[in-house]
Amino acid sequence: MGTEPSRPDPEQLLRRVQAEEQRGRRGKLRLFLGFAAGVGKTYAMLEAAKEQLAQARDVVVAYVETHGRKETDAVLAGLPIIPRAQVTYRGVTLEEMDLDAVLARRPEIAVVDEMAHTNAPGSRHTRRFHDVEELLAAGIDVYSTLNIQHVESLNDVVAQITGIVIRETVPDRILEEAEQIELVDISPDELIQRLQEGKVYVPEQAVRAIRKFFRPGNLTALREISLRYLAGRVDEQMRRYMEVHGIPGPWAAGEKVLVAIGPGPLGERLVRAGRRLVSSLGAEWIALFVETPEFRRLPQVEQERVTKALHLAEELGGRTEVITGTSPPQEIVRYAQANNVTKIVAGVSLRPWSERLRRGSLVDWILRHSENIDVYAISGPAGPKTLSVPSAPAQGAPLRAYLSSVGVVALVNLAGQLVHGHLELTNLTMMYLLGVVIVALEWGRGPAILAAALSVATFDFLFVPPRFTMAVSDTEYVITFAGLLVVGLVISALASRVREQVRAARQREASTAALYALTRDFAAASTLDEVLAAIARHVGTAFDRMVAIFIAKDGRPEVAYRGPEFPLTENESAVAAWVMQHGEPAGRGTETLPAARGRYVPLKTAQGIRGVLGVVPQAGGTALGPDQEQLLQAFASQAALALERVQTATATQRRELSRETEKLQTAVLNSISHDLRTPLASVSGALSSLLDGDVHHDDATQRALLETAKDGADRLTHLVTNLLDMTRVEAGALSLRKEPGDIEDLVGAALAQLGSRAREREIEFGLPPDLPSVPMDFALMTQALTNVLDNALKYSPLARPIRIEARTAGGEVHVSVADRGPGISDEDLTRIFDKFHRAEHPPDESGLGLGLTISKGIIEAHGGRIWAANRPDGGAVVTFALQYVLGEPGEIRERLDEPAGTAPADR
Amino acid sequence: MSPPGPRLLIVDDERPILRLLRTVLTPHGFEVIDAATGQEGLTAAATGRPDLIILDLGLPDLSGVDVIRRVREWTKIPIVVLSAHDREEEKVEALDAGADDYVTKPFSAGELLARVRAALRHGDRPPEDPVFVASELTVDLSKRLVKLSGRELHLSPIEYELLHTLVLNAGRVMTHRHLLREVWGVGYDQAAHLLRVTMSNLRHKLEPNPARPEYIITEPGVGYRLRVPSES
Repeated sequence: MGTEPSRPDPEQLLRRVQAEEQRGRRGKLRLFLGFAAGVGKTYAMLEAAKEQLAQARDVVVAYVETHGRKETDAVLAGLPIIPRAQVTYRGVTLEEMDLDAVLARRPEIAVVDEMAHTNAPGSRHTRRFHDVEELLAAGIDVYSTLNIQHVESLNDVVAQITGIVIRETVPDRILEEAEQIELVDISPDELIQRLQEGKVYVPEQAVRAIRKFFRPGNLTALREISLRYLAGRVDEQMRRYMEVHGIPGPWAAGEKVLVAIGPGPLGERLVRAGRRLVSSLGAEWIALFVETPEFRRLPQVEQERVTKALHLAEELGGRTEVITGTSPPQEIVRYAQANNVTKIVAGVSLRPWSERLRRGSLVDWILRHSENIDVYAISGPAGPKTLSVPSAPAQGAPLRAYLSSVGVVALVNLAGQLVHGHLELTNLTMMYLLGVVIVALEWGRGPAILAAALSVATFDFLFVPPRFTMAVSDTEYVITFAGLLVVGLVISALASRVREQVRAARQREASTAALYALTRDFAAASTLDEVLAAIARHVGTAFDRMVAIFIAKDGRPEVAYRGPEFPLTENESAVAAWVMQHGEPAGRGTETLPAARGRYVPLKTAQGIRGVLGVVPQAGGTALGPDQEQLLQAFASQAALALERVQTATATQRRELSRETEKLQTAVLNSISHDLRTPLASVSGALSSLLDGDVHHDDATQRALLETAKDGADRLTHLVTNLLDMTRVEAGALSLRKEPGDIEDLVGAALAQLGSRAREREIEFGLPPDLPSVPMDFALMTQALTNVLDNALKYSPLARPIRIEARTAGGEVHVSVADRGPGISDEDLTRIFDKFHRAEHPPDESGLGLGLTISKGIIEAHGGRIWAANRPDGGAVVTFALQYVLGEPGEIRERLDEPAGTAPADR
Repeated sequence: MSPPGPRLLIVDDERPILRLLRTVLTPHGFEVIDAATGQEGLTAAATGRPDLIILDLGLPDLSGVDVIRRVREWTKIPIVVLSAHDREEEKVEALDAGADDYVTKPFSAGELLARVRAALRHGDRPPEDPVFVASELTVDLSKRLVKLSGRELHLSPIEYELLHTLVLNAGRVMTHRHLLREVWGVGYDQAAHLLRVTMSNLRHKLEPNPARPEYIITEPGVGYRLRVPSES
């Protein structure tokens, strides 16, 4: 190795920098740590807060409990206080910190007492330290207090010393994240004196326990633990400093600790031990649970114990892993070797020797096979005998299985009667063994044991002389009995294990298959909707749950999919919003917002949070087991990746589209600038020529020049008008003032707009007198029809007539404008309504090709449609259809037409 | 033109437009004074004693409609407004507030002169010639007689009333609301269908081709106008 310059691993450095940055954005936690109640933490905290206030920092008290102590009250008096929230739970009103009010107030520093406090049910988080974390995440500094016995990893040590088990623990990571920890220290004697003077708050119901707790021995021990804890922390800071500054030190690099969790009572203890080991090593750690086929048959309590231990490990900052296998020791060692684990923590439970003999000791086996991996064996009491809870028969074989087992033995006996006399008695035992094997394979271990016992008994009773008594004449038969029983038991054990393995394999296969099916469907899904449907379908069936999917939109969750019966209340949405914001699971079965009906899992990828998956059990559904939790996680990460993929694809498409649009816009700009410049050139050319003093124009020339200028100006007007109309249509800014309008009037108005251009043309009309009125914005529709007419005039020879027709058809009025021009090519039939499209026969008139597009926009805004066709006898016809409302017009016409209206309408 | 012609007040904040209007109108015997803001315009209307106001609706300080309302508080002098082409609502609002007519920008000189003259004619309307003649159409208000190409037309009372109102305001645009009030009376403001149907019937009687009306012109989104013979 030599004297390589001791440079820290760059990855490690990066992690450090990231952690520091993270801390830069987050609020800072200043923790006042005491070794017992009454040492004066709250007082010290408030003093510190007041100091900050004096330095003009924005300090508020979010929650402080003074327990009526005068000194503390006095300090509190000078500080701004945020009123507490009232939480009503089962008729009792409890006061809690108003987290939302504090977040809304956004102080620089929030003072939050008693971090280990458990919030009233119905609060956002179950524990106050979650609240504190949220404040920190929001960039608010927090001052808080904590007693040493509430520190998670010290929990059992404290329990051992004091004999009191503390339930309200705070995970170590909170303390590790603290910017500053201040130990509030007084001597145990002084504390006891304060207690006697009544200066220590003691809840009434706990007077005796507390008095027992406040013994000099206890207090000294707790004080020592506190001091050691802080010393350890300083040590670690030192190590970090050395790491960053490249000081060679004895820190262990690349340590990886594996904590092997079993269903025994040791689980949580192992996790804590592992955590302590890790914090003194500065290593990465994993809590591993090997799910065996038998696990599912264990009592609910033991199954939950594993889930709890895994949760604890996660809380303490470990990674958790659940794998399935039949032999935990083997699986553990295999996993450890594959993952470069350096240390294994495993439990030696103090089981009765008989049991240990049967199941074998886990640690022994690991020790023998782990080669260069250190093994730490943790021993502990057998724990509260939860095992004594009778394993639920429902979990084992049902009664029917046992009856079947009896039946099989009976059959064997029947068969034995038939062959009795033809076979050696000892060979008859083979038939019994066959029966046991069948029972074991079909119905599992319990029935098989019953079958083995029954076999021995009935064999003795029915066949062994003296027959039909339980007596045995020949003692040799005792060996036969023993053999039959032992072989029967062994076979039953083996056979049922095979059966369990098959079952576990099947289950694992089902999980894998579900995951595979999910990824396959994701691969096939190309749109967001397809991905959402796939997630909903697969999650729904694999977990038997109602599903909702939220997608991040501006950082807020937006419901993208909702199962038919998903209870999407405001509450549930709020949980989803929290998950979206924090990237952590929440809701039912978690520590955050556990009162929610559903579980909400973030859909997270390396790029960020894509959305939230919400699952709610069907009525009568069960909680998720550890393997199912893992599967849900796997589903969530697959779903997140799939979402990311389609969203990225959509973004790419959008980019491509915008590139296309850009290209089009460039083309359009070129076209517009050409079309605008041409008339402008004629206007300014004509006018400058007139202004030119050197040349004298005769009257005719002057007039010609002026007409040129006027013509150019008219064209410019037309172009600009069209462009403005187009902008209005495109921007969707058309606000329609719909009123019933007369088609005949509309035609007249449109022709008037075209002025002389229409007047000099022959126009045929086919307007029936009884046309219904049509609801329309008259001014806009005049514009639309004018453009259609303008087009017809432009694209047909001057000498040929234009025909305007209207008729009713299926609730619509169809208005068509037909010309005798060259017609429209098939491909242009639809494209003529596209923006900037001009038909191929360029007329001498210029235009932007916007006219029909504007007409289409206006007509579609009216809920109508427009299309083009060719006339069979030559020429094009453009038709638009608008819906009309029945009623009204006819009757009014009659009423208005009464007295003098006798003369025929002259036409 | 020895006697000074009618005095016009032009209120517009665009200098080129002011210059153009002055150039166009002065040769036709009009005396022109101008104002660049609504406030100035109100002052000039009071002190300058104009015979007609040409008012741009897009002023920097006051809305055109406000200017009209405040002028109408004390005088009935004709007001012709200038407006952009796609602002029908604005036009209707201005007309209902008391403006006499409007010209859409960009406009031709002829169009502007016609509007100004029509407005001046009605501003101090004497009980002049009771007979209105426009090409083949003759309306004798004193005799309640309508003739087309010399043949008498039979109109229903309400049709006649509508034509009568249009003739009295010949050359001016009449908003739907205005016509409904004049012909049907107050309270019929919203009865647009009455006007629509009556207008259709009237046109069928007096227009040679009602789909290409010659006499009664539709101003889309605003109202109707009876064309006067001098108009192009």
